[in-house]
Amino acid sequence: MSWNKKLQEIPFHLMLIPGVVLTIIFSYVPIAGIVIAFQKFQPAKGIFNSKWIGFDNFEYMMNMPNFTNVLWNTVFIAVLKIIAGLIVPIVVALLLNEVANVFFKRTVQTIIYFPHFLSWVILGGIVVDILSPSSGIVNQFLGYFGIKPIFFLGNENWFPYTLVISDTWKSFGYGTIIYLAALTGINQQLYEAAVVDGANRWKQTWHVTLPGMMPIITLMTVLSLGDVLNAGFEQVFNLYSPMVYSTGDIIDTFVYRIGLIEAQYGVATAVGLFKSVIAFGLIVWSNKLANKYAGYRVF
Amino acid sequence: MHKLSTGRKVFLVVNFTILLLASLLCILPLINVLAISFSSKAAASGGYVNFWPVDFTIASYQYALSKPEFLAGFVVSLKRVVIGYSINILLAILTAYPLAKERSTFSYRHIYAWFFIVTMLFSGGLIPTYITIKEVGLLDSIWALVLPGAVPVFSVILLMNFFRNLPKEIEEAALIDGAGQWRILWSIFLPLSVPAIATISLFSVVGHWNAWFDGLIYMNSQANYPLQSYLQTIIITPELNSVSGNELLDMSEVSDRTFKAAQVFLASLPVLVIYPFLQKYFMKGLVMGSIKG
Repeated sequence: MSWNKKLQEIPFHLMLIPGVVLTIIFSYVPIAGIVIAFQKFQPAKGIFNSKWIGFDNFEYMMNMPNFTNVLWNTVFIAVLKIIAGLIVPIVVALLLNEVANVFFKRTVQTIIYFPHFLSWVILGGIVVDILSPSSGIVNQFLGYFGIKPIFFLGNENWFPYTLVISDTWKSFGYGTIIYLAALTGINQQLYEAAVVDGANRWKQTWHVTLPGMMPIITLMTVLSLGDVLNAGFEQVFNLYSPMVYSTGDIIDTFVYRIGLIEAQYGVATAVGLFKSVIAFGLIVWSNKLANKYAGYRVF
Repeated sequence: MHKLSTGRKVFLVVNFTILLLASLLCILPLINVLAISFSSKAAASGGYVNFWPVDFTIASYQYALSKPEFLAGFVVSLKRVVIGYSINILLAILTAYPLAKERSTFSYRHIYAWFFIVTMLFSGGLIPTYITIKEVGLLDSIWALVLPGAVPVFSVILLMNFFRNLPKEIEEAALIDGAGQWRILWSIFLPLSVPAIATISLFSVVGHWNAWFDGLIYMNSQANYPLQSYLQTIIITPELNSVSGNELLDMSEVSDRTFKAAQVFLASLPVLVIYPFLQKYFMKGLVMGSIKG
C-alpha cells in the first residue's frame, strides 16, 4: 500500500479510536474475565491470585438440583415467545396491509408500536396491577363470565404463559414493522397480473403476498434460533417470585441470584459461560442458515 | 369505481374489528392504570375503576412529586439521558462512517467491523462485566451507566447501512473539490441522514431512560439510582419478591395502588412526549438502515 493511501486513511482510524478503546475496556476485558469460571474466585485475591480449579464450577453447576429445571424453563419460555413473536406480527402485518384508510392504518400502527418503548419496570407495574387476583381489571372482566380469579403471576402453571402473552403484547406491534416494509416492496404489477388472471383477494394473498414475504419470514425464523436461550431477563426479573421459581426461573435470573446475591462469582460465571457458548453456536449457525436460505449477511 | 363484493365487505369489517381490538388491547391497560392513578384510594382498592377516574383526585401525583427519592431519581435519569445520548450518537456516527466505506477506500474496514461484531455475538456475561466496572472504579458513578454501552453496535450497523445507501457521486464530487473526510461526514452525510439519526436517537434516549438493571447493581447508594431503578425497588420488589402468597394477595389489594399507578405514569411521560415526534422517522430509518447497500 502506498504512503499516500495510508495517509488518506488516517482520518478513518482517528474516528474509530474512541469506540475501539471503550469497546476494549467494557466488552473485551469482561470477555477475558471469563477465566474466573475456572477459578475458585475470591474478590479479595482478585483474578491473578485466585486458585485455578479447572472445571469444578461446571461440575458443581451440573449437580445443582434445579439446574436442569432452570434450563428447561428457559428453553420452554423462549421457544413459545419465538413462535408467538413470529406468527402474531406476520398476521397483523397482513391485516394492516389490507387497510385502505391511511388514517386508520397509521393510528393503529402508532398505538401498537408504543408498548415496545416502555421498560419492563413500567410494564411490570402495569401487568402486576391489571392481573391482581383481587382488584385487577383482567380478573374483574373474567368475573363477568363467571370465571374465578386467576393468580396469573403467583400460580406456577399460569406463570410461563403469562410471560409469553405479556411479552407478545409488548412487542408484536413493533415486530410488524419489518413485515410491513417487505409488503410495500412487493411489485404491484404482480397483483395486476393476478387480477387479470382472475385471482380473487384470497388467491392474491396466497399466490402473490405470501411468496413475496417468504424471504423475510424465512430470515426472521432462522435468526430467531439465536434466541432459544433468551427467555427475557428483564421481564422475568420484574414479574417472578419464589412462588413460581419452579416454572419461571431462567438461566439469567439464576445467574443473577447465585452471582450477585449469593456472591458465588465462579459458579455464576460458569453458568453464564455455559449459556454464552451455546448461544454463540446458535447465533453462528442461524446466521449461516440465514445466509444460505435468504442471502443474509450482518455486514 | 367497481363495487366491493359481499365477501370483501365482510372481510373489511372483520379486519377493522380485529385491528381495533388489537389497538385497544395495547392501550387499555395503560388507560386503566392512568385512571387508577387519578382515582381515590377507596375506589381503586374496591376495584371500581375501569377506564375513567372515580372520585377524581391528583393526590397520588402530589405525593409522588413530594417524595425526594422520586425527584432525585428523575434528575439522575435526566443526567444519564443527556450524557449517555451525546456519547451514543457521537460514537455511532464516528464508528459507522469509516465502516461504511468500501474496502478499496478503507483497507482495514473488515478488521474493525469484526472487532465490533464480536461484541454482539459473545459477551463476558453479568459477573465479569460487574467485576470489570468495579475494578475500573466506576461503582456509584454515573459513568457506570453510560460508558459500558457507549458504542451502540446495533445503531452503528443501522447507520452504516444508511450511509452506504446514499449516492456515491456526492462524495466523489466533494473529494474532487478538496473536502476532507471529516468535512464530508459533517457537511454531506449527516444532513442527509436525518431519518437514520432520528431513529438511533429514539433508541438511545428511550434505552437510557428505560434502563434500570445497571443502576440497581452498579449504584451502591440509593441516592444515585436513576428513576427506573428506584421504581423497580418500590413498585416491583416489595409486592412480588420476598413475600409469601397470602401477604401478596393482601398487598396488591391495599392502598398504595394509586400511588404506584401515578409513578408508573410519571415515569412513562417522557417517552410519551418524544414518541410522536420521532415515530414518523423511525419506520423510514429502520427500513433504509436494514437494506444492504
